[in-house]
Amino acid sequence: MRIKLHGTRGAYPTSSKETQKLGGNTPCIEIIEENERLILDAGTGILNIDFDSYHTSDRIDILLTHLHMDHIQGLGFFKPIFDPNKEIHIWGPGGSSYPLKDRLNSFLSPPLFPVVLRDIPSKLVIHELPNEPFRLGKFRITSKFVCHPGPTVGFRIELESKSVAYIPDHEPMLGNPYLFKEDNWISGFDLCSNTDLLVHDSQYSREEYKNKVGWGHCSMEIAAELSERARAKRLIMFHHDPAQTDTDRSQKFKKFISTHTYDFPIELAVQGQEIEV
Amino acid sequence: MSAHEIEIILSRQLADCLTVPVFIVDPEGTLIFYNEPAEQILGQRFQDTGEMRVGDWGNAFQPHDKNGNEIPPEELPLVSTIKTHVPAHKTFWIKSLEGKSFKISVTSIPIIGRSKEFAGALAIFWDNDLKV
Repeated sequence: MRIKLHGTRGAYPTSSKETQKLGGNTPCIEIIEENERLILDAGTGILNIDFDSYHTSDRIDILLTHLHMDHIQGLGFFKPIFDPNKEIHIWGPGGSSYPLKDRLNSFLSPPLFPVVLRDIPSKLVIHELPNEPFRLGKFRITSKFVCHPGPTVGFRIELESKSVAYIPDHEPMLGNPYLFKEDNWISGFDLCSNTDLLVHDSQYSREEYKNKVGWGHCSMEIAAELSERARAKRLIMFHHDPAQTDTDRSQKFKKFISTHTYDFPIELAVQGQEIEV
Repeated sequence: MSAHEIEIILSRQLADCLTVPVFIVDPEGTLIFYNEPAEQILGQRFQDTGEMRVGDWGNAFQPHDKNGNEIPPEELPLVSTIKTHVPAHKTFWIKSLEGKSFKISVTSIPIIGRSKEFAGALAIFWDNDLKV
């Protein structure tokens, strides 16, 4: 399967030229296998997906990790949502006192958005994610709640023997620079276990994290430790801090990688990047 | 072994930061974590024992009433919460490592997270003679 990174930036989109190399769009990745496609998260990156010239199925499945604004702010603006011939299935975490539909409606309604959910032209179907693995076409999908403020899941997408794990917002250990030594006490561990590709939050350096405890994100060191412990085969560091330029991020990454040794590749996520697993 | 539910993992992270003894059990009553203050009660370290089955940890601190009568594990708040999935509270006596009885209060709460499934229970032990 092919994984396309359409949005890699956390918190809010950026348009400055200093952030264009790693990308200014907020989280969205696309997973493609032949004529099937899944979209994970609907940040502004979703606006970069070409819905016209390939995979023109009338059904679109969007899986949301959570409803923080940077993960849904593209929902109201991507073209198929205004196409009455399209059937859009939105999957998101339950676990709240309010149904997923009501929580989405609080964003997709005035005054934040000019159109109410019921007036959106496409056929919108909203599903709360089940607690067990399920299938969409060829893909087997597992979601698990992970450590991040509000109901938030990570995903593991499997296709035959290949898998990709996506945990864009994750603070596996609050206020601690290391993970618990037992694997079964690590948030998100099962999702990452032996995966071919892990796309994971790495917003901070270890020093920066000290002042951001409880914000829901983690350091490059924690992301790499989780990846190593879970025997992920490749790590993509995701959810770049929008307040940092590409140069800032690259320098911090170089410093991190020069002081650690791992037996699997680690790289910064780049908007527009395509990865085959 | 599958990873614990996120609410159990977060409970351990909280317990790790507390100076009161905390015990965490899974839905079967197996003691899956206890923090450093709890190690003083059990007289054993978590890193040495790992998980403990209910029959083992339930008797480890010799719970008894004011007359010295033994309290069976099923009457302990944590075991009650495992069975009923509701909070429980009890004041009773346990024996220190030196064999001296002291009075404690135990409050246990069920851990039911976003998946709405019972993931286990957490208990806080409070030494009634503790000066804070």
